[in-house]
Amino acid sequence: MDYFLELLIGGLTRGSIYALIALGYTMVYGIIELINFAHGEIYMIGAFTALIVASVLTLYGMTGVSVLILASVVAVLYAAAYGFTVEQIAYKPLRNAPRLSPLISAIGMSIFLQNYVLIAQTSDFLPFPNLIPALPFMEPYAHIIGSTELVILLTTAAATLALTIFIKFTRMGKAMRATAQDRNMAMLSGINVDRVISNTFLIGSALAAIGGVLIASHVGRINFYIGFIAGIKAFTAAVLGGIGSLPGAVLGGLILGWTESFATGYISSDYEDVFAFLLLVLILILRPAGLLGRPSVQKV
Amino acid sequence: MKQRFLSTGVFAICLAALWSAFPPGGLFAADGIKLGVAGAHTGDLASYGLPTVKAAELVVKEINTKGGVLGRQVELVVEDDACKPELATNTATKLVSQNAKLVIGHICSGATKAALGIYRDAKAIVISPSATSPELTQSGQYPNFYRTIASDDAQARLEVEFAIARLKVRKVAILHDKGDYGKGLAEYAKKFVTDSGKATVVLFEGVTPGAVDYAAVVQKVKRSEAEVVIYGGYHPEAASIIAQMRKKSMKTPFLSDDGVKDDTFIKVAGAYAEDAYATGPKDVSKNPLATAATQAHRKVYGTDPGAFFLNAYAATQAILNAVQKAGSTESAAVGKALQTQPVDTPLGKIRFDKRGDAIGVGFAMYQVRKGVYAEVK
Repeated sequence: MDYFLELLIGGLTRGSIYALIALGYTMVYGIIELINFAHGEIYMIGAFTALIVASVLTLYGMTGVSVLILASVVAVLYAAAYGFTVEQIAYKPLRNAPRLSPLISAIGMSIFLQNYVLIAQTSDFLPFPNLIPALPFMEPYAHIIGSTELVILLTTAAATLALTIFIKFTRMGKAMRATAQDRNMAMLSGINVDRVISNTFLIGSALAAIGGVLIASHVGRINFYIGFIAGIKAFTAAVLGGIGSLPGAVLGGLILGWTESFATGYISSDYEDVFAFLLLVLILILRPAGLLGRPSVQKV
Repeated sequence: MKQRFLSTGVFAICLAALWSAFPPGGLFAADGIKLGVAGAHTGDLASYGLPTVKAAELVVKEINTKGGVLGRQVELVVEDDACKPELATNTATKLVSQNAKLVIGHICSGATKAALGIYRDAKAIVISPSATSPELTQSGQYPNFYRTIASDDAQARLEVEFAIARLKVRKVAILHDKGDYGKGLAEYAKKFVTDSGKATVVLFEGVTPGAVDYAAVVQKVKRSEAEVVIYGGYHPEAASIIAQMRKKSMKTPFLSDDGVKDDTFIKVAGAYAEDAYATGPKDVSKNPLATAATQAHRKVYGTDPGAFFLNAYAATQAILNAVQKAGSTESAAVGKALQTQPVDTPLGKIRFDKRGDAIGVGFAMYQVRKGVYAEVK
């Protein structure tokens, strides 16, 4: 039973990270129908920023939770700025181009950012300090769920909740939903669509940066390439849950995390990815729009 | 008359044939000992083969100035095989027909294997400085073959022997990164554990390099109740796995290979790397003979030596030492001397086991102690 619980928690942790990144994919897709392949790189940049800030702060003698919070805040702001800039440079000029153009532009941006970090930082793996302190009251349960995992779960839950409230109950959230439904109609009714899109990128990037900081603390190492695999997995999660649907992204992330964890635990880690993608194929055959996605209606 | 001419002709031809069957070398004892050097001296792998020629030249020059072997001078016969198996058989035939029954070579495992049958039939002794394929010595087909480099499975063998003899484990978990290098090592380790009969493999799994985390596989190791983890692969994944194990307060020893015996592993895993074991090439930099050989190379050729230079240097010394000790170039006597008479070389004091692998060459076990790799004696 313990073993099952451990795998459940392990899958939940991994799934939460996928979910945080998948939210960014799905939000952007929902609004401008673009698969933002540079999103994984934003996650990586978030982790690097946190590492740099944390190193500097530690050098000045700060310790513990304050470092974690400051590093995360800076990482979130910096990554959001990157997300915003990427949109301005690579996607905005292509707003009315054929759909394939921004997609290629996104892939280009992804390669550019990877190599930029490779040159500006290093190609080596860097150790990432464990910013999340060990909580004493968690000690008896450490073999099932560590403090890092607990913090990851709580943060993801809080971020998802905040995002849901934002989308449901604020003016900007309402504008976002309207833009997602019909961009031209939203524009006609006086919504500043460009601002809505920019905001979407800001929020998505911020979430990815949170994911980056959390997973880097959990795993303890980063390099310029971590965004690629995490990005692919998160994109899979978004598709699994139904791209464009926020609850779908979270659900997709968790299902993907659990599949990988249980497949490794009960069958073999050799086939971790095989099972993950087999599941994706099966779900897409049975529900082409994903678990919670709406079947797309051609707009006329 | 015609008849007469013909018979004279036949006689002359017979004489000539006789002459070539007993070349002058066989008639005059003062002639040199021929030492063949075979390997890639042209083509894209020439950089693997040429340092061996230079090593042989240096050793032979030194020995000849000291009076040679058994009072005879040593002559080098250099033949190229371009690391190609189909050329290597020609190379071997050429060497054998020039009466070079002592050979340093070949360089690549494939070419070596192709040539060995010819040397075996000609009763030539062959020492390779660089052919690492395990079957060359382990198949038992080539009793005349020796080498001064560790075979591909040497690390796995060392890891398993260390785990069983020193760590006294009964249950072994083997993980690998699914790559050629890591999985190859892991499969050898699995074979050695099973063959030893003293321990069992409780888990054998590949992990995905670059995965977000390794929590599930670590849990699996924990559930398998393994007493040691042997990992085949490189340091990034090793660092993640060991960190996650230690975070789950698992104290299982972690044993890995020279892909992990890298300072980046210690840097990335930090305190979690402490006490981890890894095999790595033996450190010969403190051996004065290695320093002397390298300096001699610099003096004569003006550059630093290339690949397998020290292995080739040791091979040449070993084969000539064996001839000296055996008192002849006859293959059974030389083979026996190689196995029984240790010789001081840049790789340390070496002799060969029955299969032809050098004892005392290859890998050593290291352990992370206070943030640096230290050799485990």
